[in-house]
Amino acid sequence: MTDALSRLLETRDWLLADGATGTNLFNMGLEAGEPPELWNADQPNKIKQLYSKAVDAGSDLFLTNSFGGNASRLKLHNAQNRVRELNRLAAEIGREIADRQDHPVIVAGSMGPTGDIFAPMGTLTHELAVEMFHEQAEGLKEGGADVLWVETISAPEEYKAAAEACLLAGMPWCGTMSFDTAGRTMMGVTSTAMVGMVDKLTHAPLAFGANCGVGASDLLRTVLGFAATGTERPIIAKGNAGIPKYVDGHIHYDGTPELMAEYAVMARDCGATIIGGCCGTMSEHLRAMREALETQPRGEDRPSLEDISARLGGFSSEDDGLGEGGAKRERRGRRRS
Amino acid sequence: MAEDDDEIILSELSDDELTAQMMDDLYDGLKEEIEEATHILLERGWTPYDILTKALVAGMTIVGADFRDGILFVPEVLLAANAMKGGMAILKPLLVETGAPRMGKMVIGTVKGDIHDIGKNLVAMMMEGAGFEIVDLGINNPVEKYLETAAAEGADIIGMSALLTTTMPYMKVVIDTMKEQGIRDDYIVLVGGAPLNEEFGRAIGADAYCRDAAVAVETAKDFIARKHNQMTA
Repeated sequence: MTDALSRLLETRDWLLADGATGTNLFNMGLEAGEPPELWNADQPNKIKQLYSKAVDAGSDLFLTNSFGGNASRLKLHNAQNRVRELNRLAAEIGREIADRQDHPVIVAGSMGPTGDIFAPMGTLTHELAVEMFHEQAEGLKEGGADVLWVETISAPEEYKAAAEACLLAGMPWCGTMSFDTAGRTMMGVTSTAMVGMVDKLTHAPLAFGANCGVGASDLLRTVLGFAATGTERPIIAKGNAGIPKYVDGHIHYDGTPELMAEYAVMARDCGATIIGGCCGTMSEHLRAMREALETQPRGEDRPSLEDISARLGGFSSEDDGLGEGGAKRERRGRRRS
Repeated sequence: MAEDDDEIILSELSDDELTAQMMDDLYDGLKEEIEEATHILLERGWTPYDILTKALVAGMTIVGADFRDGILFVPEVLLAANAMKGGMAILKPLLVETGAPRMGKMVIGTVKGDIHDIGKNLVAMMMEGAGFEIVDLGINNPVEKYLETAAAEGADIIGMSALLTTTMPYMKVVIDTMKEQGIRDDYIVLVGGAPLNEEFGRAIGADAYCRDAAVAVETAKDFIARKHNQMTA
């Protein structure tokens, strides 16, 4: 094990990841509609500030400002020819902040979805997806990322393409999916199915898990689903700070720092090793999470679904898609297989 | 491979059997079969409007219900919508010729400041699959873009999508502008996006919040039907 994340995981039984990137950048003046990745070149000081906030709040690992840094996303802003540069800069700034610390901090090169839908319905092919992720991966590697961090993926095809791109770049990686549709990803992947898919990959991730989605409770239900398979691979939990609410013309996430602290400890009890937040998770949440993880003992048992809903709030759907559920429609007979 | 006794010859089926088969084939996303069956029904003298409503839309309603209930997921639904589009491509010119009532036309896009378009794309695909005409404005649309396009296209529905909590409030700007211009009631306004909810939809004055693409289709059909009823009343 030569990479920094694997080394850190050998010495610690939990790590605190970071919180929101978007929510923080908007608070720092990012205009809605502006691609955050351009700030790596235009406002590097603000990106330094973004990373420092996470590290100062106690994060052992933070994600670079490169979520939408693939050619397909940047094309929406006519910046598709800047993939390599913007990703390199995202990681370079991260490297600078991480190396300044007196303890190991991991720079994780964020790679979000392409936003495209796979063929035959959409335009995306495996080759194209691999090519786009690979281009981004090389930029992040060049800038000094310790590990690549694929996140908010819905389609299994896209997750697999990202794995291949990380292999081409010769980089270790982690990958999370977003389970936001009745316990599954938008494309129908369950927690158990994700474990099965991850286990079959040639270039398996160092850790895998769930991010974003719908609130902290749903995310932990997904983590319980991962853990129930008995997987040995470290599990990542990066949930949103509650659910966004519209109050007096403003939007805010209803998850308090106290709730996120409770979520962090429960995530660890559910079986997660790398624990962080996603949308709406700010420095004050991270600090509360760090303190709770350091001061509260591990629970004896994995929390039950009842414990989770009692302490963090109810679930968005009745089950997590793993049960029998509704049966598919009875067929009259097929004309071809 | 299919067994011989599974083989179904579409042209040998009765009308009832054939429409039932079309519902199955839509469910399985079999585009060529849908195209073939559409031609057969036309040859048998069905009106294009009957084929659209009694076979294709009826079939997509089943797909939509199973998507809503978590039995089908996006990939299957997109394949079904694609099969439906195959049938629609045949019917569309005939529907225009015969002056059949239109399903409706929707102008759709993500709001100003929002660059997240996958949800919007899914809604557009499923609306098309359900027989609606779609004018896709893409991402990052200012209020003028929605209103000018809706007017120019003679749209029935304006659909707005936002993924960010920071861009959701812009939907209210669009609706407020419509009110100022006295055109709010000329259009059905549907909103959607991960951070939204019904409460928000009501608060900003939209006609409805649509939780997902299947709900968007059902809601659009509902509102269009109400609109037709009002016109004939």
